[in-house]
Amino acid sequence: MAAFALVFLAPIGYSLYLSLFQEKLIGGTSFVGLDNYQQALDDPQFWTALRRVGLFLVVQVPIMLGIALLVALAIDSGRLYGRNFFRVAVFLPYAVPAVVATLMWGFMYGTRFGLVGDINDAFGVSLPDPLSADLVLASIANIVTWEFVGYNMLIFYSALRVVPHALYEAAEIDGAGQWRVITAIKIPAIRGALVIATIFSIIGSFQLFNEPSILKKLAPNAITTHFTPNIYTHSLAFSGQQHNYAATVAIVMGLLTMVIAYLVQLRGMRKEA
Amino acid sequence: MATAPATSAPRPMERPPRHMPVPRTSRRRAHRAGRPRRSTALTLLTGLVVVYALLPLVWLVISATKTPTGLTSSSGLWFDGDFALWSNIADTITYDDGVYLRWLLNTLLYVVAGAGGATFLAVLGGYALARFDFPGKRGVFAVVIGAVAVPGTALAIPTFLMFSKLGLTDTPWAVIIPSLISPFGLYLMTVFAAEAIPAELLEAARIDGAGEVRTFFRVSLPLLAPGIVTVLLFTMVSTWNNYFLPLIMLKDPDWYPLTLGLDSWNAQAGTAGGHAIPHLVLTGSLLTILPLIAAFLLLQRYWQSGLAAGSVKE
Repeated sequence: MAAFALVFLAPIGYSLYLSLFQEKLIGGTSFVGLDNYQQALDDPQFWTALRRVGLFLVVQVPIMLGIALLVALAIDSGRLYGRNFFRVAVFLPYAVPAVVATLMWGFMYGTRFGLVGDINDAFGVSLPDPLSADLVLASIANIVTWEFVGYNMLIFYSALRVVPHALYEAAEIDGAGQWRVITAIKIPAIRGALVIATIFSIIGSFQLFNEPSILKKLAPNAITTHFTPNIYTHSLAFSGQQHNYAATVAIVMGLLTMVIAYLVQLRGMRKEA
Repeated sequence: MATAPATSAPRPMERPPRHMPVPRTSRRRAHRAGRPRRSTALTLLTGLVVVYALLPLVWLVISATKTPTGLTSSSGLWFDGDFALWSNIADTITYDDGVYLRWLLNTLLYVVAGAGGATFLAVLGGYALARFDFPGKRGVFAVVIGAVAVPGTALAIPTFLMFSKLGLTDTPWAVIIPSLISPFGLYLMTVFAAEAIPAELLEAARIDGAGEVRTFFRVSLPLLAPGIVTVLLFTMVSTWNNYFLPLIMLKDPDWYPLTLGLDSWNAQAGTAGGHAIPHLVLTGSLLTILPLIAAFLLLQRYWQSGLAAGSVKE
């Protein structure tokens, strides 16, 4: 419990404390109350970053969870050849570290010796560069989807497995088709798993860091130092040495993530009742 | 769920019933009664997702067999004339005085100390929370539940700021200490211990004169084994794959884990005067993921039932 306090409560407390001060070149550190928070809310770079992960969240999360759900339903339906192979194969990318996943995709995106380059050569076309400023967010979304589809699929699948099969038989006797069984029995039965997966995906989107940070080396111009809120905090703390302000932004993002995750949970649970 | 005292905490997450594996016999019988016909179309559609999942891995394996010139000149999806996998592996291991092996050892250190320690603490803590009464127990559990929702990355920078004041950054401790705590592991073990160990069993052990320590090792630990394996596997993956935490904590390449090392090799291409080594980045990547993929394939039985039991993720 002491260790728990050291690595969990202490950093939160310390950064709360930091966020209330400001370091000046002249006069040293002084107590400034909530000024840093005011600054964060007026900071256009912070808002750009926040809007970007917001967009990411709205587009990427439904696509990823949608694919995961469809695959889980397909595997659960028992209508596939080689069900176990499918389950394991789709899950495998989860075991790949974000660094390796990003490097792999980053190389494949490359127009020089990547797959995009191959397609261009083979068909004599020139696809837009996935690492350009316009497309890099979509490219990152693809990497994240690739990493976590299998994971979410497995969560849904585990939830589907514990649905009593007597329900399906009853539905069949009542003349319900496959589709009706899915919408009326399976989806409601795994609502809990859906809510949890959504919450974790939301957290993941808001805290997006690894993929853009690694891709930055392959696409230095497309990814700015305030690409996502976490990258912004990181560059504030390291390149900018603005520890107090970095702590503030980290707290704002942490709070925001928790509030939204909590709201989703409340909503998901209420529908259930 | 409702019977476990621990789960009546303020923010219960709705979770499916936690019977471990579905009773397979009844399932099979149910299937035989009205077994759905296998569908080729559905298999092909799902196959598309499998292709999506496996294609990059296939690409990685193929690319790891190529020389630097082969990488640029040949198609990404088929082998080049020269089969350079073995020499690539040799180069990866010996490059820069064998720094790759050093990173591998660092990673192993972080995984053993971090994931092992995290699992150990989660088991002790979960057991204590589930089976003993002490003042403030409900409060502690509420904090743990809240902590599950706090994203790890949000804590990383604050932790760094604190550690740099304490002079702990740029040492292995900076990576190990934060890895030691897994709120998710603690939560999973608490719920697991509450259900897997009947209170009567502990009472019986006490009446028979076994001390607390003996009871824990002889009675409780074997019952907790499936939960322990799951927590261990998932904390292992998160420490093995950790990037953000070492990135901010470590400056000295001698302490890098593999993930950070590969990233720095990749970054070499971008720096002035740097020497691009894409073939080593790719071969190094392949070697990095092999142990984890092997672990997942070999331990399938455990993590699948463990996930079914928890149906939560980290």
